[in-house]
Amino acid sequence: MSSRKSGLGRGLDALIPSGAASGAVTRQTQRDEGVATFRLLNPDGSVRDRLPITLDEMKSLYADMVEARTYDTKSIAMQRQGRLATYAPFRGQEAAQIGAAASLREDDWVAATYRDAALNWRAGYPWELLILGRTGDERGGEVPRGVNVLPPSITVGGHMIHAVGLAWAENLMGTDRIALTSFGDGATSEGDFHEAMNFAAVFNTPTVFFCQNNGYAISYPTSEQTKSESIAIKAEAYGMPGVQVDGNDVVAVLVAVREAAALARAGDGPSLIEAVTYRIGPHTTADDPSRYRAEDEGGRWEEKDPLERVRRLLERQGAWTVEWQADLEAQASATIEAAVEWAEAIPEPTFEEMLNRMYAEPTPPLREQLEGDR
Amino acid sequence: MAELNLAQALNGALDTALDADERVVLLGEDIGRVGGVFRITDGLRERHGPNRVFDTPVAESGIVGAAFGMAVAGMRPVCELQFLGFSYPAYDQIINHVARIRNRTNHRFTAPMVIRIPYGGGIGAAEHHSESTEAIYTHIPGIKVVVPSTPRDARGLLLAAIEDPDPVVFLEPIRLYRAVKEDIPDIYYKVEIGPVRMERAGDDVTLISWGAMMRETRAAADQLAEAGVSAEVLDVRTLSPLDREGIVASVEKTGRAVVVHEAPLSGGMGGEIAATIAERALYSLHAPVQRVAGWDTIFPLKRSEAHYLPSVDRIVDAASKTLEV
Repeated sequence: MSSRKSGLGRGLDALIPSGAASGAVTRQTQRDEGVATFRLLNPDGSVRDRLPITLDEMKSLYADMVEARTYDTKSIAMQRQGRLATYAPFRGQEAAQIGAAASLREDDWVAATYRDAALNWRAGYPWELLILGRTGDERGGEVPRGVNVLPPSITVGGHMIHAVGLAWAENLMGTDRIALTSFGDGATSEGDFHEAMNFAAVFNTPTVFFCQNNGYAISYPTSEQTKSESIAIKAEAYGMPGVQVDGNDVVAVLVAVREAAALARAGDGPSLIEAVTYRIGPHTTADDPSRYRAEDEGGRWEEKDPLERVRRLLERQGAWTVEWQADLEAQASATIEAAVEWAEAIPEPTFEEMLNRMYAEPTPPLREQLEGDR
Repeated sequence: MAELNLAQALNGALDTALDADERVVLLGEDIGRVGGVFRITDGLRERHGPNRVFDTPVAESGIVGAAFGMAVAGMRPVCELQFLGFSYPAYDQIINHVARIRNRTNHRFTAPMVIRIPYGGGIGAAEHHSESTEAIYTHIPGIKVVVPSTPRDARGLLLAAIEDPDPVVFLEPIRLYRAVKEDIPDIYYKVEIGPVRMERAGDDVTLISWGAMMRETRAAADQLAEAGVSAEVLDVRTLSPLDREGIVASVEKTGRAVVVHEAPLSGGMGGEIAATIAERALYSLHAPVQRVAGWDTIFPLKRSEAHYLPSVDRIVDAASKTLEV
């Protein structure tokens, strides 16, 4: 792929199976079957290569994915009950999101999207604040000090360049913090993608571009979104490494993003990871996927459920039991229920709060509006 | 003290800010090697180094978006967009991100940054190079919009903008860059963002303007003085937040007001100012408020420029109209 000088650069290149960059991975296999180029864990739970993590780490990743799915399921239910605003489910993308976030240091920056609750949470954004935000409350964006996760971007694509500026600033200020931006396949068609990738490469910023290619931008399939062989291959034109991974393989994502983060932290610049995954649910709770895709399409992917894959591995290792699963689910439910309870107990925001958060100090027009008739 | 024009004053302010605060960085197209299309950053890359003053790829949205990230991370970026007509690719970043991050995070993350943009016509420039679309920025909550018209204000307002905890769109009147020189102090000083500047006190009519049109407004006040009319001249300087009190206080005294701006009449800031006067000083008025503005046209190319720009005569006529009532 790209001819970077450093040894670490070769480290990332080594992830790419021979032939991948030359288009040997056909559009058919990538897009229709979701077979990605870099994978360590097969859908049946068998291991393709030696896994570079311990069994305990594996169990911990699994527990995180279970907790994330519990949040996702709960959120959909709450939206149906009118307790949350429109919600964008991430079911099917848990491995991509948890794997990416688990590869970061806790003080690294994250700029992600409305579908990235699992990623944001694993990077430090508390569930209760994510829920508070989705109830329609700006205070949900007020993450605790020390958590460097920006609130989910709602417009598509504009946030990618922020991870360039954040990383650039850290570099200039002499820290070794990096920034990861997560975005979807649709966002790669925005001009913002080009500007962000180009700036990152030109200024060699420690930025990880993490694309979750989940097959659709609302209704528009990835096969129509771009005529490039893959999204990862676009990296080459910008002069940075790009790799396509099986986004439903949490270990593959973890390894790839770790490599990309290590490159960035070592001063070797940005890279692009394309995690090929699948959005099992609708675009949002307001969407009807039956209008643009076959119902069994999702069914085939359920077979490759990122959680089920890890469960099978753990079972093969004798590390999974029905009781443990029940414990995990009960704990996750308790955690999410507590977060919901916390968020719903927050008093309604006041008129004053709405006006007081526009500027460091309310401007004279806002002061008049605060003091005047209403 | 040094006698400087507006361009030199801005250059000096940036130089001072780079010296005073290591978090300040400059980024923009052609601002390093050549010192920017108007040479406002001339010599700053040589003085402060390529890690403080960055030439960037040609991407306005990228410049503002990257600067936003830098600001959130704790730096004080100052970006330059070459012309107001070239700023629109960055509008999404400004309205959807720069202006909102404080609100979206309830003060947890902020974007203290300055977006410098040369604006306005009168130099016979190519299409898109002469825009006065300040009203599309003043309508956005979460940012401030500042327009200096004198070298002294240019330095003080720019230093204040760089120190401001909130994002500032800093519009620089191209026509005035090298128009006049003024003695300005070498020291670090700020001009408060917000208050209007009363340039000339008067009793009969208040002439209200900003940016490049201050020159014609001043000349109109001179002509009116010759005719025995005492005009008060206000330089608004900060278009957002608007100093309503300062404007109303003057109109309450004179009882007459003429607002002058280069931007098209309809939907311009003149309407906001006229409405403010109508709301708060109607009973002090001896005559209806007059607006002298650009026409509701695209800013014309060179050969029609004289048709477009508000002239001294139009301002004098408008003021006279308020005096006839």
